[in-house]
Amino acid sequence: MAKEFTPKILVFCCNWCSYAGADLAGIGRYQIKPYFRVIRTMCSARVDPEWIMEAFRLGADGVMVAGCHPGDCHYIGGNYRTRRRVAMLQSLLTQFGLDADRLHLEWISAGEAEKFAESVNGFINRILELGPSPYRPAAAPESAGSKQEVTHG
Amino acid sequence: MAEKIKIAIGQGATCSGCDIAVLDLDVELLKLFEVADLTFAPLATDIKFKDVEAMEDGEITLSLYHGAVRNSENEHVAKLLRRKSKILVAYGACAAFGGIPGLANATTRQRILDTVYEETATTVNPEHVRPQTRHVTPEGHELELPELFEQVLALDDVVDVDYFIGACPPTREMNMQLLQVVLDFLSGKADLPPKGSTILACERTLCEECPREKPEKVFVDQIKSVDYTELDPNKCFLEQGILCFGPATRGGCDSKCIKVNMPCRGCMGPTASVLDHGGSMLSAFTSILKISGAETELPEEEIQKLMSQMRDPLGTFYRFTLPKSRLRRVVKEEEKDQKA
Repeated sequence: MAKEFTPKILVFCCNWCSYAGADLAGIGRYQIKPYFRVIRTMCSARVDPEWIMEAFRLGADGVMVAGCHPGDCHYIGGNYRTRRRVAMLQSLLTQFGLDADRLHLEWISAGEAEKFAESVNGFINRILELGPSPYRPAAAPESAGSKQEVTHG
Repeated sequence: MAEKIKIAIGQGATCSGCDIAVLDLDVELLKLFEVADLTFAPLATDIKFKDVEAMEDGEITLSLYHGAVRNSENEHVAKLLRRKSKILVAYGACAAFGGIPGLANATTRQRILDTVYEETATTVNPEHVRPQTRHVTPEGHELELPELFEQVLALDDVVDVDYFIGACPPTREMNMQLLQVVLDFLSGKADLPPKGSTILACERTLCEECPREKPEKVFVDQIKSVDYTELDPNKCFLEQGILCFGPATRGGCDSKCIKVNMPCRGCMGPTASVLDHGGSMLSAFTSILKISGAETELPEEEIQKLMSQMRDPLGTFYRFTLPKSRLRRVVKEEEKDQKA
């Protein structure tokens, strides 16, 4: 299974630190496995918990939220909120039956290209270990529910 | 007015509180019965499925369906009423979002049956009897029981729904408004609201209409239990450490609970722009949890510990809306591995 498994990973990057870090990682030609897609938000706190739930519904195998280091937030305290939300979302996702590691938080500054590459690669490796998300539409026939559900489309 | 219209009240997985909510119209019921005949309403009228099946399609003008859809009978009632009614309303939190029965999606059908038929301390079931959908008695009578579904569904997962009314149960005021909508439509005074909308509710959150004093900034110091805390009836619940769903829940319920000193639990569901009721409340709640000292210095573990004050985020944040949440139900990773 691991051989065919190409994970779908979403990386939310804040505009001021992490996205710049990702950009620099590209310029620096760091090798990163091609299984992730970056979405830029103005602040990591702009990443609404609903979006993370929506990402998992749509079949994401992992979601990473990257923001400025504590104390460095462009909006002073946005990343603290992100940190709290991610902490509580992890316990919520565990209750939904997902491994808490499928949601990952990382602090990456604009200069930390290497850290961006390393943490994304590390996250991808962890997701490869975990395998496809049980909420993936194709991977989870039992989550689609009873046969009744299937007939309703 | 010419001919009386026909109305029906269908039941799904329900506590029947919604039936009682309709009865709560009391003297206004007379107004309703001036223009309408109650046809199918198992709580109040003696009518069988076959009588409804014999009706023309669309013969019933208005059907209220309350309760979630979690077995084959619920589904049958939903489909039957859809076919026979012009307007089908998902009436109450269970029909609209799955409601309290929807919390069954936190586990599986198998585990529910195991608990009920084997595991509880008071269960005596040496023959391991489980409900069967079909049974033939020694005398030759064939008996049928509905089949329990793998997961709880809301009404619009099964059939096309015209209107949604949240709340557990809808309030008397909402019923009065609904009655007025029907009366106005019948007398040609007003058109029906646009299809597919949540009606009789506010487009904003409950906080907007909450009568309590709202401080400029709200902080929750410590999560307290509503059972063991003496509450100031004029101060914001969150400020007093009580989890109140006001910030994430649709208003329009007339702040019924708030007025009797009980916090909102979210039965009106989310506002139209929200994807996931629980996610929205989680977002609001984590932001207002007070953290003493400099948050910069707090290590991740400390934050994790603070957040684990919330013991059951799933059951709390999705109390009424689990089947309508983004993920809809719990899927355990290890289960998938077993089946794979």
